[in-house]
Amino acid sequence: MMRRRRTRSGAPRSGVDWFLTFLRVAILTVVAVGILAFIAQEIDTDNPFARWANPDATGLTGAQFRGLVVSGVAQGCMYGLIALGYSMVYGVLGFINFAHGEVFMVGAMTGMITSNKLADAGLWESNFIGSLVLIVIVSMIVCTLTAVIMERVAYRPLRGSPRLIPLITSIGVSFFIQNASIVLLGPAAKSYPDVPDWVKDKHTFMQIEGARILVVVVATVSMLVLWYLVEHTKGGKAMRAVAEDAEIAALMGINVNRTIVKVFAVGGAMAGLAGILWGILFRSVIHSTGFLPGIKAFSAAVVGGIGHLGGAMAGGISIGVAESVGPLLILEPLGVSGVSQLRDAVAFAVLIGVLLLRPAGIFGERLPAEDRT
Amino acid sequence: MTATLPPETGAAGVPAEPSPAAARPALAQDWRRLVRMGAVGAAAQIFIALSNMPVRLDERVVVKPVLSLGYLTLLIVPFAAGHRVGHQIKREGMAVHAAGAQEVVGGIACGAVAGGGVSLLAVLLANFDLREPLVNWSPILAELLSFGNETWFAVVIWLLIGAAVGAAGGLLRLMGPAARRAVVTMALAVGGAAVLEPLVVDLAEGMRLEALTDRLYARRGGINWSSALGLAAASGVLAVLGRGRIRQARTHIASLEGAKRTRANSGLIVLTGALLIVLPLFAGKLTNELLANVGLFVLLALGLNIVVGLAGILDLGYVAFFAVGSYSAAVLTAATSPRINPELPWLVALIFVVVITGLVGLFIGAPVIRMRGDYLAIVTLGFGEIIRLIFLSDWLSGWFGGSQGITKIPGAGIFGLTDVAGTDPRRVFYLVLAFCAIAIYVSWRLERSRLGRAWMAVREDETVAEAMGINTVNVKLLAFVVGAVLGSFSGAIFSAKVGSVFPNSFLILVSIVILVVVIFGGMGSIVGVIAGSAVLIGVLGGPKQPGLLAEFSEFKLLIYGALLIWMMLARPEGLIPSVRRSRELHQQEMAQDAWLKGQVDDDLDGDDGDGPQAAVAT
Repeated sequence: MMRRRRTRSGAPRSGVDWFLTFLRVAILTVVAVGILAFIAQEIDTDNPFARWANPDATGLTGAQFRGLVVSGVAQGCMYGLIALGYSMVYGVLGFINFAHGEVFMVGAMTGMITSNKLADAGLWESNFIGSLVLIVIVSMIVCTLTAVIMERVAYRPLRGSPRLIPLITSIGVSFFIQNASIVLLGPAAKSYPDVPDWVKDKHTFMQIEGARILVVVVATVSMLVLWYLVEHTKGGKAMRAVAEDAEIAALMGINVNRTIVKVFAVGGAMAGLAGILWGILFRSVIHSTGFLPGIKAFSAAVVGGIGHLGGAMAGGISIGVAESVGPLLILEPLGVSGVSQLRDAVAFAVLIGVLLLRPAGIFGERLPAEDRT
Repeated sequence: MTATLPPETGAAGVPAEPSPAAARPALAQDWRRLVRMGAVGAAAQIFIALSNMPVRLDERVVVKPVLSLGYLTLLIVPFAAGHRVGHQIKREGMAVHAAGAQEVVGGIACGAVAGGGVSLLAVLLANFDLREPLVNWSPILAELLSFGNETWFAVVIWLLIGAAVGAAGGLLRLMGPAARRAVVTMALAVGGAAVLEPLVVDLAEGMRLEALTDRLYARRGGINWSSALGLAAASGVLAVLGRGRIRQARTHIASLEGAKRTRANSGLIVLTGALLIVLPLFAGKLTNELLANVGLFVLLALGLNIVVGLAGILDLGYVAFFAVGSYSAAVLTAATSPRINPELPWLVALIFVVVITGLVGLFIGAPVIRMRGDYLAIVTLGFGEIIRLIFLSDWLSGWFGGSQGITKIPGAGIFGLTDVAGTDPRRVFYLVLAFCAIAIYVSWRLERSRLGRAWMAVREDETVAEAMGINTVNVKLLAFVVGAVLGSFSGAIFSAKVGSVFPNSFLILVSIVILVVVIFGGMGSIVGVIAGSAVLIGVLGGPKQPGLLAEFSEFKLLIYGALLIWMMLARPEGLIPSVRRSRELHQQEMAQDAWLKGQVDDDLDGDDGDGPQAAVAT
C-alpha cells in the first residue's frame, strides 16, 4: 500500500508544501552561500570562491564591519522599543495595531517641535541633558495621549469583531495620522537642532558615535524599567492576566478596559521615547518616518515572538543588525550591485523568512487564549 | 437610518418599536454628553481650520455669492454635532421619546460649542504666533475666519453660526420621514450639481446645451443662487411626488422570480452599458480622462474584491500585481526597454503579462497563504514594497531602468484597428470599459460558482470550510492568482495609457487606496465596488489622478484615512453591501448574547441618516 507523506498537522502534502520546503531550503542556501563567500573574501580576496559570483567584491575591513554592527544594534534598539507596543497590544487584543509606527512618528515630530523651541530659547545649547529629558517627557506624554485616544476612538468600539476589522481600521488610523501631519506641519522634512559634539563625534571607546551609545543605554534602561513594571507590579500583573484571558481577568475583578488603556499608554510612551532617539540619531523627521520603522518593528516583534517583552528587544536588534549587515554580508558576495538600496527589502525578507522557518519567533508566542491554535 | 432602511431589514430580529413617549422638556439635556460632543466638534473644527481646508477650498464656490466649499467644511461639523446630540440610544423595552424642542435646544447648544472651536482659534490666531510648527497658522486664515473683520466679530459670528447650523441639525430630527427625505434630496441635488460642475459643463458642451449650464452655473464656477433655489425646489417637489417610488421599484425587482428577474436585471445592465458607450461621445477630454481613471480603479478594485471581498484574504500588497502587470507590459512592448525588447503587439503581450502576473501571484501567494490573516496582511505589504524596491534598485536597472523607469511605451494596438494611447482618453476609456466588462463577468460568474462558494466558506470560517472538504490552501491561492490577473489587466492598460512606468507609481499608498475603495463600496459586492470607485476616484481622485474636486488633492488621502476608520466603525459592510456578506455580519452580531444584541441593534437601527447611505437609499 502506498503511504503518502504527511505534514505535522496530518494533512497530505500538497504542491504548496513542496514549494514551501523548496523556498525554505533556498533561503537557507542563499544565506549560507553568501556568508561562506563573504568569509572566503575575508580570508583571501584572491581565492576562487570569493571571486565566484562577484569579481569586484572587496570584503570589509574589521572597522567597517564593527561600524555596521554597531549602527545595526543602535537602530535595532529603536525597533525594539517600538516593537514593545506592537507586541503588548497583540498580546492583549490579538490584532496588529498598524498605526503604532505613526505614534513613533508623532513622538519624533513632537521632539522636533519642542527641541527647536528650546533651541530658540537657548536652553538646548546651555543644558543639553536637561532639554533632552524635557523633550523625552513631552514626547512620551503626547504619544501616550495619541495612543490612548486612538484606542478610545477607533479600537474600543470594535472589540470582539472579527480580527481583520480592527486591523483595517488601524490602517485607516495610520493613513489619517500620516496625512494629518502633512496638512498640519507641511510635507517637507524637518530637522532637529544641532547636537553637542560629544553626541556627534566618535569616541575612543571602540570608535562609536556618542548618539549610538546614548540610544543603546536609554533603550536598555527603559526596557529594564518596563520589564519591572510588567513583571513585578500589580498593574503589570493585570496586563498579563488580561493577555492570558480577558474574560477570566474581568471575573477576577480586573478592570479590563483600564488595563487595555494602560497597555496602549505604555506602548505609546515607548514609541515616544524611540521617536526622540530617532531624532537625536538622524536629526531629521518627515511624515513618512513612521512607516518603515513601524513595519520593521512589527517584524521584530514577530521575530522575537509576539507577546514577549525580551523577545521584542532581541527581535529588534536582530532585524537592525540584519538590515545593516545583511546586504553587504550576503547579497554583495552573490554579485548583487547597489546593495545598500536593498536594506529595506532585506528587512522584509527577514520577516518573511522567519515566518516561513519559525512562525512563532525565537522565544515563542504568548497569545490570548482564543487565538492559540 | 430608521427612515431610510427598507422594512425588510427591520424584520431581521429587531423587535417592534414601542410607540414613542411624549417629547422631553426643552432643557432636560444630558449636559455632560452635550459638552463632550461639542468639545470633540470644536477640536475637529480647529483641526479642519488648521489643515488649511477652508483657505484652499475657498476658491471653489458651491452656491455663487453665499457659500464656498471652504466655509462648507467648517459648517459640516456643527451640523453633525447638533444632529447627533439628539440621538437617543434605544434599549429594548425602554420608551423612545418623540422629537421636540429638546432636540433643537440640544442642537443649538452643541453646535455653539463646536462653533466655539473656531472662535477660540480666531482668538489664538490674533494673539500668538505658532507659524513655526503649524504651517497654516497665517493671517489669511484669520481673515477668512473673521470675514475680514475684527477678532471679536469672528468670536461672535462663529458661535452664532455654530448655533444656527446645530439648530438645523436638531430640526432635522423633528421632521417626519417624508420631509427628511425631501430635505436630503434637496441638499444632495444642490451639492451634487456643484460637485459635478466640471462634468456637467463638459457634457453640455458636447451636446451643445451650453445655454443650460450658463443658466445654472455662474461665470467663474459655482451655482447661481437663483438656480440653486430652483434646483432645490424642483428636487424637493420630485422627492415628495416620487415618495419611495425608486425603493418600490427596487423591492419589486428583488421580489421578481426566475426569468422575469433575469430579464429585468439584464435590461438594467444593457441600459447602463449603452449609456456608458454613448456618454463618452459627447464628453470632452477631461470627462473621458476621468472616466478612464475610474475604470482603471474599477478594474483594480474588482481584482482586490475577489481576494479581500470573496476569499477574505487581506492583501495589502495588491499594488505589486499592478506593478508587475505594468512593467511586464512595458518591457514586452516598448522599444526603449533596456534588456529585452521584443516589441510585441499589445494584445500578444497581454497574454504573457497574464501568465507572468499569475506566476508572480503564485510565488507571492504560496508562502503567505498558510499564515494567520493579519500576518498575511503585513507580509503581503512587505512583498508589495519589495517588488517596488527591486524595480527601483540599481541591481536590476539593466532590466527595468531603475528610477528612470521605462518611457516611450507605445499605445495598445487592437488588431491593427486602433491604437489606444493616453493622448486620446476616449479610446482608453472604451478599452478600460471592455476589460471592466470582462472583469465584472468573471467576478459575477465566479461568485456563483463552486469556487466562489468555496471562497465564501473560507472567508466565513476556515476550519469549518476545511472540514467540509474544501482544500483551503488551493482555493485561497486561486483567489490570489485570479486577483493578480485582474490587477495585471489594469497595469497593462495603465502603462499603455501613461506611456511610461516608474517605480514611484506603485507605492503602497495605491494598495491602501484600492482597499478603501473596496471597503467603502462594500466587500464582496460587485455593484458596490464599482460605485465605490466611481464616488471616491471620480470625486476625490486616485493617488495621483485628480478627481472632480481637484482642489481636494491635498486632502484626499486624509479623507481616505478618515473614511476607512468611519466605515469600519459605522458600516463595515460598505455602501452597497453584498447580501450574503451583510447577512454574515449580522449573524455574528445576533449570535452575541442578548445584552450585546440590544446595543448592536440600535447601532444598525438608530444610526443617523446623514451621509452617503441616505444618498443610496433615496
